[in-house]
Amino acid sequence: MANATRHDENDIKMNKREVVVRLLKYLKGHVLEIVLTLLAMGGAVTISLINPLIMEKAVDEYIPNKDINGLLKLAAFAVVLNVVFMLLNKARTYLMALLSNKIVRDIRNEIYEHIQTLAFTFFDSRPTGKILARITGDVNSLQQVFSSAVTTFIPGIATIIGVLFIMMSKNVVLGLLCMSTVPVMILALLAIEKYSTKMWALFRKKSSNMNAYVHEDISGMSIVQSFAAEEETSKTFDELVNEHQEVFRKAVRVNDFFGPSCDLCWAVSVVLLYWFGVKLLNKDMVSMGVLIAFGTYVGMFWEPVMNIASFYRNMITNLSAAERIFEVLDTPADVKDKVDAVELPPIEGNVEFKNVFFTYDVGTPDETRVLTDVSFKVNKGERIALVGPTGAGKTTIINLLSRFYDIQEGNVLVDGYDVRDVTIKSLRQQMGVMTQENFIFEGTVADNIRYGKRDATQEEIEEAAKAVNAHDFIMKMEKGYDTMLMERGAGLSIGQRQLIAFARTMVSKPKILILDEATSSIDTKTELMVQKGIDGLLKGRTSFVIAHRLSTIQNADRIFVVDNEGIVESGSPSELIRKKDGAYRKLYMAQFEEIKPKAV
Amino acid sequence: MNKIRLGKIGRKYIGPLIFAVGCMVVATICDAIGPQLTARIFDDVIKGGNTAILPTLLIGLCITGVGRAFGGYFKEYTFDIVGCSVGSKVRKDLFNHIQTLSLDYFDKTNTGELMARVKDDADRIWDIFGMTGMLTIEIVLRMGMVLYCMFSMNARLALIPLGVMLVMGALAVYMEKRLDKAYDDISERNAELTTVAEENLSGVRTVKAFTAEDYEIDKFRKKNEEYYNAKMKYTKIENRIYPYFPFVAKLFPVFMAVIGGVSVAKGTMTVGYLAAFIAYSMDFVWPMEVFGELANEYSMIAASYKKINKIFAEEARIKNAENAVEGPVAGSVEFDHVGFTVGEKEILKDITFKVEEGKTLGIMGETGSGKSSIVNLIGRLFDATEGTVKVGGVDVKELNLTDLRKAIKYVSQETFLFSDSVKDNVRMGERKNIEEDAVVEASKLACADEFVSKMENKYDTIIGERGVGLSGGQKQRISIARAFVRNNPILIMDDSTSALDMETERDIHHALKMIKGTKIIIAHRISAVRYADEIIVLKDGKIAERGTHEELLAYGGLYKETYDSQYGQNLMEVV
Repeated sequence: MANATRHDENDIKMNKREVVVRLLKYLKGHVLEIVLTLLAMGGAVTISLINPLIMEKAVDEYIPNKDINGLLKLAAFAVVLNVVFMLLNKARTYLMALLSNKIVRDIRNEIYEHIQTLAFTFFDSRPTGKILARITGDVNSLQQVFSSAVTTFIPGIATIIGVLFIMMSKNVVLGLLCMSTVPVMILALLAIEKYSTKMWALFRKKSSNMNAYVHEDISGMSIVQSFAAEEETSKTFDELVNEHQEVFRKAVRVNDFFGPSCDLCWAVSVVLLYWFGVKLLNKDMVSMGVLIAFGTYVGMFWEPVMNIASFYRNMITNLSAAERIFEVLDTPADVKDKVDAVELPPIEGNVEFKNVFFTYDVGTPDETRVLTDVSFKVNKGERIALVGPTGAGKTTIINLLSRFYDIQEGNVLVDGYDVRDVTIKSLRQQMGVMTQENFIFEGTVADNIRYGKRDATQEEIEEAAKAVNAHDFIMKMEKGYDTMLMERGAGLSIGQRQLIAFARTMVSKPKILILDEATSSIDTKTELMVQKGIDGLLKGRTSFVIAHRLSTIQNADRIFVVDNEGIVESGSPSELIRKKDGAYRKLYMAQFEEIKPKAV
Repeated sequence: MNKIRLGKIGRKYIGPLIFAVGCMVVATICDAIGPQLTARIFDDVIKGGNTAILPTLLIGLCITGVGRAFGGYFKEYTFDIVGCSVGSKVRKDLFNHIQTLSLDYFDKTNTGELMARVKDDADRIWDIFGMTGMLTIEIVLRMGMVLYCMFSMNARLALIPLGVMLVMGALAVYMEKRLDKAYDDISERNAELTTVAEENLSGVRTVKAFTAEDYEIDKFRKKNEEYYNAKMKYTKIENRIYPYFPFVAKLFPVFMAVIGGVSVAKGTMTVGYLAAFIAYSMDFVWPMEVFGELANEYSMIAASYKKINKIFAEEARIKNAENAVEGPVAGSVEFDHVGFTVGEKEILKDITFKVEEGKTLGIMGETGSGKSSIVNLIGRLFDATEGTVKVGGVDVKELNLTDLRKAIKYVSQETFLFSDSVKDNVRMGERKNIEEDAVVEASKLACADEFVSKMENKYDTIIGERGVGLSGGQKQRISIARAFVRNNPILIMDDSTSALDMETERDIHHALKMIKGTKIIIAHRISAVRYADEIIVLKDGKIAERGTHEELLAYGGLYKETYDSQYGQNLMEVV
């Protein structure tokens, strides 16, 4: 429900630990890369820990002894060590990029593939922009989780442990002093985190709202401009941007305390270090070199602490991206193949509905019953016209036939096979569905027609185009069949798009043909021509036609009048027209009212 | 035009920026004073045995810590706020600019691409004034400050960090250049990937109808692989240069310790000074590490900057004339020898007609004969290439664009609904001026009330994007209500009852009679134009026939043919 662009999406709360565990599962199968990365990282961390020791040695031994030779040797050693460090770093960066890019690529494929299996209900309830955001933005956020885990988290932990180890082994008292402020800091950070996590989650949603609105506005630009509604859409967008900005401000107001509170704790540690350090020094319990080295270690200790804290923040925000991805992956495909589904053999085209009950959105507030106990039988080759008021369920009936939705009770049978017992692919491949949508993909005209049969030859394509009378206008185009079409067929008239869509269905040579108001946007003359083409192809094929125009309906073998109560009338056109007070007759007369008085 | 100029934005936020930099200076000074105090602890307290000043020095260290923390907070917060404001402003400007562009621009530009500009690229501009800008200024400031301190302590020794820094700076610039191109490639691949996914989601019904899921998955996988390769290529380039930054950063303090150690050994430097020098050189580590990352950021920012300004450079083809006529526009429509050509293709030729205020014009014609183009010319969504189009007696090119479009209420051939409430969809563009009562009234006329009032939240029900939750006929009725609710003097209906059943269509035609004003009705069905004062029939972009219903029937041309095919034989049956 709350999926309008202006509304925030609802979260499905998942257990954070579960989300992390699930993410970790993606590391499986990359063991080699992980081991190598960790090795490289371990080496690099070790070297960066050794650097202060070198300094300590220089300050404590060589400098007081004025051993310049020794100093230079030490320098040479340091250079060699750091060259190794660089090489390890190089290896680590590369391996990590490889790993995180691979994982992200795989997750992206996975979510996309899963979305392909989902039923219309999924798409109907969400703006495209929001689904798109999951495939693009959310998946990209995951990459940050993986790469920052490797760049900051693991080396950070390793550094902290290393530093602690060295500090403790050198001087327990100083070591404890340096760490004394850690508990305070952890408390402060947790408090900040608790608030900002909530804010960042909200920030993400605001972002998604903004995105979805841009998508819609651009898709509907011609309408927006026609109504000179730019001022209002701008205002709506401004509001969305302002909300986005406001949430960001609130988030950073608290979040920005993060670094400073670390800084403060650090300062306190340093003061404590020197305060007691000097005392210990006077008692000859520490050397000056050790004190200098400790000064360095305190810095080395606090840096990863800050980094880990910001990694945590990042991870929390990005985990909500992971949650959203998993939510999609967990959405069950409402309509899917049974385990023991069989291939539907080539069919003849007999269709039967047996006591079919169907309700949309079962279990949601939008639950609506559309079909109640509908039964009918259609023999192969029959042409059926479905008429009736909009919203009565005509489209639903044909959607059930292609199994775009599953019914709650009864059976939908094709050649005696229940549609739920056969594979979806084998079923839909034998059906040709044409809707008003006529979606055109970016690509050539031929590509678009070939969509109906991927291995269609140029001859087959042209044959199909000729059959629906699309050939002539295609040939008039700049490059004929090789003309590039833009996204959604921009530049073509609706009628032209429809003809291409017809050709696309024709080339797939379906056994059962479904036309859902498919001809409503083309002029009568073109329709007549298309009709001729369709007539030829329909021979021997079962067809269902939803239409409002008499010219389209008249040629049907039987007409079903669909009403809110189901199929209220059926029979041949001439039968129904004679039925006094019949529903069809009423519909029929409505179309004539405008014409009758003067024309007759 | 609206082009982003960084300087101009900078000037606008000069106050907060100065404040933020001030905070940064405080924090940096505190940072720089720290090692000086440490040096005195070593030299005066430890070596000199002057323990009395230790508390003072430690309090000093405390104060620098506090200064660093507070300065740091206000610095970061201010930059965040400025960055965010700039980002939002750029986003809003960009959105507004995109909305002024003419339709041909949208025909040739992918939706996914424009979305990326408004979201991701605007975010990058945000970064210049936010995180990235802050880091840059901070690095410069810090290095300047540290260098100053070092120079004042030991000028000869300080030449080393200066030299190192210049080399690293040059390396960063070089890397930025190399990465620039690789980054362009990534964002191009990303746009392609988004487009494939966007098409698939928008055309999901077609995809499923043709069981083309596997094909679509292959297509996506291919693009995803390309995107992956582009990213890996970027990594490879980055990895060739980037590791030098942490390398130098790590080695540098050690190096300084050794060199400084020599000075101490020679007796030209005290141990305390050396400790301070080492601490300062540690301060170099961070900026040098960040150098590489910044180079990276800047290559992305540069790419986004170019792309956004490219859109800003795109000029609206259709815009107000310099001294456009303002004010309400009357309802007459006139075409005077109008021609319309797109590229090489002549869509309309020599169209002349006049619809007086309050009269009705019917337009019929084959698919692609130019009917919808006539509508687009009236509302000036496109400009005629020949002749003049007049509305209210004035050339549309001389009218204020908003005033012109506000004179028209339009039902398009393709319905488009926002993911918004029914109510706000009906009163789109006039949310402030139209009350709910009027919405209900118009919906009743458009036969939409019957199903809307059955919905749970009635007129507040949210309908899906492009109205997918509704049937074609229902969507169409809402878009009819959208026109009916307005008092604009000209009603244009572009084949907008095609998805309605016969009874509803009849009701709409009855309702039409009650609506006042000029009407232009494009239709395929005779019944829709039957009562028009004049009907024109288009063929190949020209007017082939014109007259009233009776005249055209008597003429026996295309109109008569259409009539016969729609009604001829049926009439016989009925009678």
